[in-house]
Amino acid sequence: MELVTLTDAQKKSRRGRNIALGVVLFGLVAIFYIVTLIKFSNGMVQ
Amino acid sequence: MRPALSDNRNGTNMRVIDNHEAIGTEGGARLSEASARDFFELLKPRVMSLVVFTALAGMVMAPGHINPFIGFIAILCIAVGAGASGALNMWYDADIDAVMTRTAKRPIPAGKILPREALSFGLTLSAFSVCILGIVVNWLSAGLLAFTIFFYVVIYTMWLKRSTPQNIVIGGAAGAFPPMIGWACVTNGIAIESIVLFLITFLWTPAHFWALALFKMRDYGAVGVPMLPNVSGEATTKTQIVIYAVLTAIIGVVPAALGFSSLVYGAFAAALGLGFIWYSIGVHRMPEGDEKMVPAKKLFAFSILYLFAIFSALMVDHLIATLWLTAGKVA
Repeated sequence: MELVTLTDAQKKSRRGRNIALGVVLFGLVAIFYIVTLIKFSNGMVQ
Repeated sequence: MRPALSDNRNGTNMRVIDNHEAIGTEGGARLSEASARDFFELLKPRVMSLVVFTALAGMVMAPGHINPFIGFIAILCIAVGAGASGALNMWYDADIDAVMTRTAKRPIPAGKILPREALSFGLTLSAFSVCILGIVVNWLSAGLLAFTIFFYVVIYTMWLKRSTPQNIVIGGAAGAFPPMIGWACVTNGIAIESIVLFLITFLWTPAHFWALALFKMRDYGAVGVPMLPNVSGEATTKTQIVIYAVLTAIIGVVPAALGFSSLVYGAFAAALGLGFIWYSIGVHRMPEGDEKMVPAKKLFAFSILYLFAIFSALMVDHLIATLWLTAGKVA
């Protein structure tokens, strides 16, 4: 089994990418939640 | 690759590789040091801002109503789709980007992002943007977005760019689709008005890009991209710039002529169009072999202002007309 030790720069950049990915995933959840509410409310109005 | 450090903790044959040595070694594991900002740079933010703006114009001008949040998601998807095609363009063009001064600092040639990372990033964003636009808004606009990405990456970047001096004339269609997509988001259709919005950017692109190609002629020549100035010479390019500037000025006033914008807009667009022609004539008068090419740089800068001004005017004109109509109904 091979493991890789990361340099400080790699750790820092990976942390930044993970945070950005987390923000994007949270944004997607929020988008689908709000869109579902909008679509449901439109359906109820119709 | 030979590991720099060995270990057999937990009684297993475990090898810990010192990644300081792994980086840059032949055949070794190269781990990314790319930041989120580097990935954002892959999206070509400046091009994306133009796409967002023109798509918004298409959406604002379309008849009908779209929920503001759905409209926001639509613009976001169009922006991400445009960014994804930019990332795929940078992945394919990394070899020539590294040679050209204008593009040498892009994330891939600068060594910040690996080509395979850019490819995965671009493909993932393309799929996400198209699917979400289809699910949330409608599948016509999603289909147009998918076609735009395909056109920019495959037709323009992979095929036309390195094979014909007409590359940006035909390839310019990719940059012209966003207002049509914005229009389709609201109406779920294509109309003569949205085609006119498409034509404004389509006819504007050659003069804009050839002005750039004139003062970056050496760069394009060094990498063998057959831009018009390199293939047909400065004189032909200058004439073509004037022709396209005239066509752009004409199409700019068509919204007023067809009646979906006011005469005030028409007068404004005509004045801007005359300015565009004026700057293009300045380029035409530029001496052959001019080193500084100031008129070409001026035309390039004015062309950006022109497009923003035209689409801003179209939106403002439409919003005023809508408010006027609403006030009339209330009264």
